[in-house]
Amino acid sequence: MNRVLAYIGQAIAYTLFAFVIGYLATSPPYTHLEPGMAVIKLSFSHAGEHIKECRRLTQEELNALPPNMRRPTDCPRERVPLLVELELDGETIYHELLPPSGLASDGASTAYKKFPISAGEHRIVARLRERRETDGFDYEKAGEISLAPQQNFVIDFRPELGGFLFL
Amino acid sequence: MTGLRTAARSVFEFAEKLFDRAFGPDWNPLYHLGTLGWFFYWIVIVSGIYLYIFFDTGITQAYESLEYITNVQWYAGGVMRSLHRYASDALIIVMMLHLVREFVMDRYRGARWFSWFTGVPLIWLVFACGISGYWMVWDVLAQYIAIASTEWLDSLGIFGQSIARNFLNEETLSGRFFTLMVFIHIAVPLFMLLVMWIHIQRQRNARVNPPVGLAVGTLGMLLVLSLIEPAVSQAPANLNIAPAVIDFDWFYLAGYPLLDWLPGLVVWALGGGATLLLLVMPWLPPGRRRTAAQVDLDNCNGCGRCVEDCPFSAVDLQQRTDGAAFSEEAIVSNNLCTGCGICVGACPTSTPFRRSGKLVPGINLPDTDLHTLREQTLAATSPLSGIGRVMVYGCEHGPDLEKLRDADTAVLKLPCIAMLPPSFIDFLISRKHVDGVLLTGCAEGDCHYRLGQQWAGQRLAGERDPYLRARVPRERVDTFWAGLTSNRKLRDELKNFRTRLSVLPAIERNKRQPVIKRVIEGDESHE
Repeated sequence: MNRVLAYIGQAIAYTLFAFVIGYLATSPPYTHLEPGMAVIKLSFSHAGEHIKECRRLTQEELNALPPNMRRPTDCPRERVPLLVELELDGETIYHELLPPSGLASDGASTAYKKFPISAGEHRIVARLRERRETDGFDYEKAGEISLAPQQNFVIDFRPELGGFLFL
Repeated sequence: MTGLRTAARSVFEFAEKLFDRAFGPDWNPLYHLGTLGWFFYWIVIVSGIYLYIFFDTGITQAYESLEYITNVQWYAGGVMRSLHRYASDALIIVMMLHLVREFVMDRYRGARWFSWFTGVPLIWLVFACGISGYWMVWDVLAQYIAIASTEWLDSLGIFGQSIARNFLNEETLSGRFFTLMVFIHIAVPLFMLLVMWIHIQRQRNARVNPPVGLAVGTLGMLLVLSLIEPAVSQAPANLNIAPAVIDFDWFYLAGYPLLDWLPGLVVWALGGGATLLLLVMPWLPPGRRRTAAQVDLDNCNGCGRCVEDCPFSAVDLQQRTDGAAFSEEAIVSNNLCTGCGICVGACPTSTPFRRSGKLVPGINLPDTDLHTLREQTLAATSPLSGIGRVMVYGCEHGPDLEKLRDADTAVLKLPCIAMLPPSFIDFLISRKHVDGVLLTGCAEGDCHYRLGQQWAGQRLAGERDPYLRARVPRERVDTFWAGLTSNRKLRDELKNFRTRLSVLPAIERNKRQPVIKRVIEGDESHE
């Protein structure tokens, strides 16, 4: 009798273990994005202008340098941060100064930002400044978009293709 | 902390007793959490090798090949895939229970810090294996994991370019990433095996396989689960559609929702902080360390029994240093010694019958030396009266012995029950100091010092040196493995033992009363 009870106990233990594994392996579902919402993803990698213009060295400065290091111009490595702005339905939802990457601040600035928004019709404007000047924007793109629920709407930036891309 | 630990220990012991009833102490899964972890690891490896034969790396091929494995080849590949997933999940359960239990039972501090410390990185490695595995399926869940994981990595700011940009949309996705994932999913488990091997390095006779019955039962359970609820893929990944409601494996992904609520760096800080806390726990505060065992070369002949019996590889043999006519001598590594005294119980010189001077065995515990143990034993048994005089030896991790002490019961606690040389039992009974000897300690199958209970049992059964001599009537020796919370059952057992003793022929009391005094080196025997 005791042995039978022990086997029953084992069966219960194994069943409970299997139930816990089987259930938690897939359930309960996790809601990462509310139904009816879409996502705008702003992401790009782009280098701004150098922080200063290249300067031609004087003859005295060149003479002071070892012969193998005499380059005619002195170009700073550092780049300016990019100013990025995103406007949705007339409201600015993102306004950020993106610093250049790298220890010497000489790399590209990188943006990766997600905005969950309700699906439907929206007007979107993206702007970017890459110059040293502190006014205005160098690139701007505006458009009317229609987002389906769960749509992943990507805003990329490729200057060789004219600036912002709505994908 | 102590109160919390005691409460948690009571919960564990309650659950263990339930499992004891169903599985018996030998198969109790809670006593085999570590070996079950190894077992699940091997199931994952074997099933993974099978799946890899049919798995195709590629943006669309990955999903399609798994659909083939799951649906067309359901009887083999599908079962293997389910075993792969469910054994991985079971691994998380036993790993976490193992971690909590070692903490609750206070088996992670002092000389035992090494196993704890090397176990902590295993947690990260297990999660890395599981998460990279889910990634390879390239369904909606994989898409979510890929994006969330790379965004989390990007938050560190140490990668020049954003890794998450690889998963921006369908156009940016590269098949090379799957090659990298396959590499990670194979390399990390192999590295994990190395760390698992290191994890058990300071344990002699480390168990890496569960008992056959438990292994068969567990594998059977996983097989049935695999057939009833096969592991399947979710909808194929589509980077143009954001994952919304996802069927989640909470064993591996329970921390991922944090990434939706907190900045990535905060989650890194939480994960890093928790890891650091786990790593330093053996020193928060450090466990009370007993003084390590000491070798007395005048009494050590280098037989190696202490080396064989030490559960923590703290005793070794080295070339003789004192010119004695033996080739080797025992040497104790103080850092590894837990002071359990199992080596003392193993030493053939640890016999209370020795009459020449102070009782000094070849290896001894300075905190609980054998000479004092003999003195205490004689002092405790001397005033016993009645026809059922019982000497109860227990361990520090067993039940409260003080409640048993009365006119016909003497009690003594040792660090571990296996510190008691079997000759002490012979000594007490053959010299008629008591009518019976009861040994108690940790719950059966769950010795605090891993092997003490097993060695003690084998010594009493005449299966392991030093044996309990055949002349000792076995009916006068009883064992009851109780754990901390079985005081009442121990009292009942003692009562039953005494009843059994009462029907045996009476032992005439030893009329030579022992002289209880501290004997200094060179004195004659005190008996």
